[in-house]
Amino acid sequence: MLLGPSLALSAILFSLGVAGVLLRRNAIVLFMCIELMLNAVNLSFVALAQLHGAGGYVMVFFVMSVAAAEAAVGLAIIIGIFRHKQSVDLRNINLLRG
Amino acid sequence: MISNWVWLTVALPLLGFLLNGALALRRTGSKAIVSVVGVGLLLAAFAVALGIFIELRLSPPHAPIIVDLWHWLPAGALQLEFAFQVDQLSAVMMLVVTGVGSLIHLFSVGYMKEDPGYARYFAYLNLFIVFMLVLVLGSSFPVMFIGWEGVGLCSYLLIGFWFNDKVNADAGKKAFIMNRIGDFGFMIAMFLIWDSLGTLTFTGMVERAPAILPAGGAIVTAITLFLFLGCTGKSAQIPLYTWLPDAMAGPTPVSALIHAATMVTAGVYLVARTNLLFALAPLSSTIVAGIGALTALFAATIALRQYDIKKVLAYSTVSQLGYMFLAVGTGAYASGIFHLVTHAFFKALLFLGAGSVIYAMHEAYHATHSHADAQDMRNMGGLKQRMPVTFWLMLIATLAISGIPPLSGFFSKDEILAAAFGRAGDRPVFYLFYVMGLAAALLTAYYMARMMVMTFLGENRTGEQERAHIRDAPLVMTGPLIVLGVLSAVGGLVNLPPYLGGGALEHWLEPVTAPAAAFFKLEMPHGLTELYLIGAAVLIGAAGLVAGYQATLGRKLLPAAEAPEDTGLAWVLHRKYYVDEIYDRLFVRPVVWLSRLVLWKGVDQTVVDGAAVNGTARISRGLGWLGSRLQTGQVGVYVVLFLVGALWILQAMVR
Repeated sequence: MLLGPSLALSAILFSLGVAGVLLRRNAIVLFMCIELMLNAVNLSFVALAQLHGAGGYVMVFFVMSVAAAEAAVGLAIIIGIFRHKQSVDLRNINLLRG
Repeated sequence: MISNWVWLTVALPLLGFLLNGALALRRTGSKAIVSVVGVGLLLAAFAVALGIFIELRLSPPHAPIIVDLWHWLPAGALQLEFAFQVDQLSAVMMLVVTGVGSLIHLFSVGYMKEDPGYARYFAYLNLFIVFMLVLVLGSSFPVMFIGWEGVGLCSYLLIGFWFNDKVNADAGKKAFIMNRIGDFGFMIAMFLIWDSLGTLTFTGMVERAPAILPAGGAIVTAITLFLFLGCTGKSAQIPLYTWLPDAMAGPTPVSALIHAATMVTAGVYLVARTNLLFALAPLSSTIVAGIGALTALFAATIALRQYDIKKVLAYSTVSQLGYMFLAVGTGAYASGIFHLVTHAFFKALLFLGAGSVIYAMHEAYHATHSHADAQDMRNMGGLKQRMPVTFWLMLIATLAISGIPPLSGFFSKDEILAAAFGRAGDRPVFYLFYVMGLAAALLTAYYMARMMVMTFLGENRTGEQERAHIRDAPLVMTGPLIVLGVLSAVGGLVNLPPYLGGGALEHWLEPVTAPAAAFFKLEMPHGLTELYLIGAAVLIGAAGLVAGYQATLGRKLLPAAEAPEDTGLAWVLHRKYYVDEIYDRLFVRPVVWLSRLVLWKGVDQTVVDGAAVNGTARISRGLGWLGSRLQTGQVGVYVVLFLVGALWILQAMVR
C-alpha cells in the first residue's frame, strides 16, 4: 500500500540531501541536508516495514535517536566554529589545508 | 453525508499553509493574495465545519462517525488508522477553532499589514489551524498527539515570530520546553493505555475500559494523572504555567488565537474526551479540580499587579483555564466545554481589543519616534474618548468575564461553581474548591475593572504630541471585534441553566459524556440553594468590579517612566511570586552547573580530551621516543642489531 510512491519519495529526498551536501557551502544547510538523508532512509524503513514486519519501525527509532545525538554534537561544533570565525561558510574553514 | 468530507476542514488550511509558505519564500509578494488565501481558505473550512454541525444537528448520530483516511501504523498487534472522529464534542470544537480562528485571521490582516513577514505569519497561522483540527478530530490518542505536538510547534514559531529580539526567541523556547515536560506525561499515559487496554482509539477505550480497569484502581489513576501532566503543560496549569505569560512576546492576534481561545484549551478538551477514565479515577478527578481551583486563584492574584496589558490578560487566561479544569475535575464535563466556548469568545475579544489599543499606541509613538512602552497601561488612560468602539466592546467582554448577567460568562462560570458546590455533597473538599473559585471570581472582576480604568478612563498619560494620533482601528480590525462582542454577549444562550429551560449544550454533549455519567451522577444544587449560589456569584462579581473601579480611579497614576516602584506585597505580586526565579534556581542552574563542571570540565575535558585524545597522542609520542633511542648514530650498534635480527629470523625459519 503506497509502497512505490513512498520509496520514490524517499529516493528523491535522499538525492536532494546528497546534492545539498555536495553543493552547498553553508554548514547549517549542509547539516540539514544530512538530516534530510537520514529521514529519507527512515521513510524507506517505514515503507518497507509494511512488508517485512515491525523491525523497520524499530530501526527508525534507532536512527532518530542517533540523529538527535548527532544534531546536538553537530550544532555544538557549528556554534564553536562560528564563535571562532564569525562565519559558518565552509570555504572559510580550511585550517587543515595542506 | 458532509461528515465524510471532514478531511476538507484540515486540507483547506493545509493548502493555505503551502501556498502562503511558498509565497513567504519569495522576496516580494502581494499581500492581497496572502490575505485572500489565508483568510479565504479558513472561511471555507469554517463553512464545511458548519455544514457538518448542521448535519449532526438534524440527525444526531448515536455513535461517533469515524472517517478512515489511510492505514497509518500497521505494527504487529498495533493496527492504527489515520482517522477522524466526528461527534458532538469534536463538532463544537471544530466550530470554535475555525470560527474564532477566521475572525482572528481577519483581524490579523489589519494588525500585521506593515510587517515584512506577512506571508510567513499567515502560513504559520494556517498551519496552526491544521494541527488544532487534527487535535480535536483525531479518533485515537496517537492522531491527537500529532495535533498536540503540531500546535506546540506552531506556538513556538509564532511566539518567536519576531526572532530578531532574543527575548522573543527565548520565550518561544521556554514554551516549547515546558510543553515537552507535559508531552512526556501524555506519552507515558499512551503507553499505559496501550499496555492495559490494548487499544488506542477513543471508541475502543470506551468499550473496553469499564471491564478491564477497576474503578479507583492504580493503573487508571496513573493513566489519568499522566494525562493531566500533559494538560498542565499545554493548558498552562500549576506547576507548568510559567510559559504562557512569556508567550505574550508573540503578535497579539496570536495570543488571542493560540494562547487564549484554542490551543491552551486542548487540555480541557483532552479531559472531556477521556471523561470515562477520569470518572474511573476519582482521586485524579479531585486532583484535577484542586489544581484547577488553585491555579484560578493563584493566577488571579498575580494579575492584580501587572502593568503590561497583555500580561494581565495572560494571567487571566491561566486563571480561567483553572476554572475549566475545576469543572472537568468536578465531573461537569459539559460545563467545562461551555466555559471553553464562552471564554474563547470573550477572551479573544479582550485580546483583540488589547491588540487594537497596542496598535493605536504603537502608531502614536511611531509618529513621534518615542520609545515608550506601547503595552504598559501606565502610559494609557483616557482612551475612551479616542477609541470608543474598542472601549464599549471590551466593556462587554469585561462584564462577561466578571460574571455579570445576562452575558455569556455569567452562565458558564455560574454553572462551574454550582457544580463544585453540588459535588461537595459527597466530597467535602469541594467546598474548599468552591470558595477558591468564588475568591478567584472576585479577583477576576477586580483586575478586569483595574485594567479597564487604567486603559480607558481617567486622564491620558500617553504624552502631549502622541495623544492626537490615537484612534480606533480600521474596519478590518473592528469588524471581528464586533462579531466577538455579539457572541460574548449572547454566547450564554447555547447552554442556559435549567431554570430558564436551557441546557442545550449539555444535552447535545450527552452522547460524549454518557460513559462517565454511567459511573456517577453529579448532583446540581436545586431550588433555593441554587438561587443563593447565583446571588452570591453575581454579588461577588459586582463587588469586585466596583472595588477595582474605585481603587484604581482614586489612585494618582503616573506614566511608566515616572511611576514609583511598587512595594511590599504588591511588588511580590508584580514579580509573580518569584516563581520564575525559583524554577531557575531549582532546575535551570543545577543543569547548567552539571553540564559545565561535570560534563564539560569533567567528562569532556579530562576524560575525552585528556585521556582519550591527548592520551593516544602521548602514547604514540612515547613509542616514537623509545624507537628514536635506537638511532644512536653509531654504525657498530646498527650492525649488531642487524645481526641479532637476521639470526632471529633464520632461527624462526629453520624451525
